[in-house]
Amino acid sequence: MKAAIKGDVSFFAKEIEAACGQDVLTCYQCRKCTMGCPMAFKMKVKVNEMMRAVQLGRKEDVLAGDTMWWCVSCETCATRCPQGIEIVEVMDVLREMAIKGEYYIPVESMKSFHEVFLNSVRSYGRLYEMGFAMDLNLALLDPLKDAGLGPVMFSKGKLKLLPHKVKNLESVKKIFENVKKIEELQE
Amino acid sequence: MKYAYYPGCSLESSAKEYDLSIRACCGLAGVDLVEIPDWVCCGASSAHATSHLLSIALPAKALVQTEAMGLHQVIAPCVACLTRLKVASMEMDEDEKLKSNVEKVLETPYQGNVKVRNILDVFLNDVGLDRVKMAVEKPLKGLKVACYYGCLLTRPPHIAQFDDVENPHSMDDLMRAVGAETVDWSFKTDCCGVSMSLAETDVALDLTNKVLEGAKDAGADCVAVACPLCQSNLDLRQKDIGNKFGAFYDLPVLYFSQLMGLAFGATTRDVGLEKVIVNPFPALGAI
Ligand code: SF4
Ligand code: SF4
Repeated sequence: MKAAIKGDVSFFAKEIEAACGQDVLTCYQCRKCTMGCPMAFKMKVKVNEMMRAVQLGRKEDVLAGDTMWWCVSCETCATRCPQGIEIVEVMDVLREMAIKGEYYIPVESMKSFHEVFLNSVRSYGRLYEMGFAMDLNLALLDPLKDAGLGPVMFSKGKLKLLPHKVKNLESVKKIFENVKKIEELQE
Repeated sequence: MKYAYYPGCSLESSAKEYDLSIRACCGLAGVDLVEIPDWVCCGASSAHATSHLLSIALPAKALVQTEAMGLHQVIAPCVACLTRLKVASMEMDEDEKLKSNVEKVLETPYQGNVKVRNILDVFLNDVGLDRVKMAVEKPLKGLKVACYYGCLLTRPPHIAQFDDVENPHSMDDLMRAVGAETVDWSFKTDCCGVSMSLAETDVALDLTNKVLEGAKDAGADCVAVACPLCQSNLDLRQKDIGNKFGAFYDLPVLYFSQLMGLAFGATTRDVGLEKVIVNPFPALGAI
C-alpha cells in the first residue's frame, strides 16, 4: 500500500494545543469517549474519529464536520479519557475556528442559539429568557415553535414579559468591546 | 456564615422557585446570603462556545464584585453559572496573562481570593448534616426521591471537585437527612440534553426521556435536581415526550431545596411549589 500521508501532519494538533493546551496526539483510540457520548447517535463523525482526523492533519474535514456542533459539553468523554484529554476544550477551539473560518455549519440551529443568546446578554446584561426563545425561533424560521409552552410558563409566573436590564449597561457593553479589541490585537 | 449570592438569569424567571427555596433554606439554616448588586450574566455555554476571553471575563465580573463586597466566597446555585465562575477563577489563578487581559476587559483589578461554592457543598460541609437534621420540622417520611445530578455538578472532576464523579451521593445524603428515601438508579449523571432543548428539540427529547424513564422505573415519586436547566427541561418536556414516545410519566421534578425547605417547615408558597409544571401536590400529599 502506498503511503497516503506526506510530511508532518501534526500541525493541526499543534495549532489546537497552542489554543487550549490539549495534546490530541496522545489519543490512542480507546474509544471510551464515543462509548459514553450521549450525542454519538447524531454525529456522523464520532468523537474518537474526530480526534484521529485531527492527528492526521485533516483540518478541512474536521472544521466542516458535525462533531463539535452536536456536542452538548456534558463532559462525560473528558471525565473518562484515560489520556486526560479535556475533549470539550478541543470542541470549543474547533467551534471557534469553524465560526472564524466561516465554515459551513452542519447544525445551523446551534450556531443561531449561541448568537441569539449572546445578543440578549449584550443588550440587557442578562439573559431575557422569553425574548431569547422568540428571537431564536425567528432565527430558525419557526416562529411558533414551542408556542404552547409560553402560556404554561406564564401562568406559573415563570416568564417575565419584559427584560431586566442591568443598571450599569455601559459596563456590559464595555466588556464585549474590550474583548473584541484585545482579540483583534492578538491576531 | 456569610456568602455573596449570584442567582444568575434562570433564577430570575424560569427557576424562580429555586431562588425562593434556596433563600428559604438558607434563612432557616443560618446561611447569610448577600446578593451581588447589579450582577451580569455569566455568558453560560454561548460565550464559551464562541470566545474564550469573553467566557472568562463575564463570570469574572461576579468574582470582582464579590471582592468589592469584602467577601471571599460566592454561591452560584445554577450549575451552569457555577461551572463558569469556577473555570474563570481557576484559569485566572493559573494564567497570569489571561488574568491581566480580563482585568483590562473589566477595567478593574482582581486580587484572586474568591472561592466559588456549590450550594449542596455548603449545606453538606459548612452547615453539616447534623445541623441539617436538627433543622428538620416535618421529615419527608415515605417520599421516594430520585436524585439527579446531571452533567456539571460533578464533571469535569478537576473543575467540579465535588463528590464521586460516576456515582455521586451528596444530594442523596441531604435528602435522607431530611427524612426522604432515595432510590438507586442508573441515570444520576446522564445528560438530559437541555442545551439542545430549544434549538434541536427532537434530539433533546431522546435524552430527556431516558432520564425520566429511569427514575420512573426505579419507583421514584419525584426527581430532585440542583440545576435550573435540568429542572425546566425534565419538567416542561414531559408533554412532548408523551406525544413522541407515548410515555406519560407525570413525574414531578423538584429542586432539592424545595424538598429541604418543606422539611425545614417552610410553606409550599415559600418554596414556590405551585410554580412547578407537573403537579407535585399528589406525590407530596402525605407530607
Ligand atoms: S477517550 Fe481519550 S484516548 Fe480514548 S479515544 Fe477518546 S480521546 Fe482518544
Ligand atoms: S462532551 Fe460532547 S463529545 Fe463529550 S460526551 Fe458529551 S456530548 Fe459527547
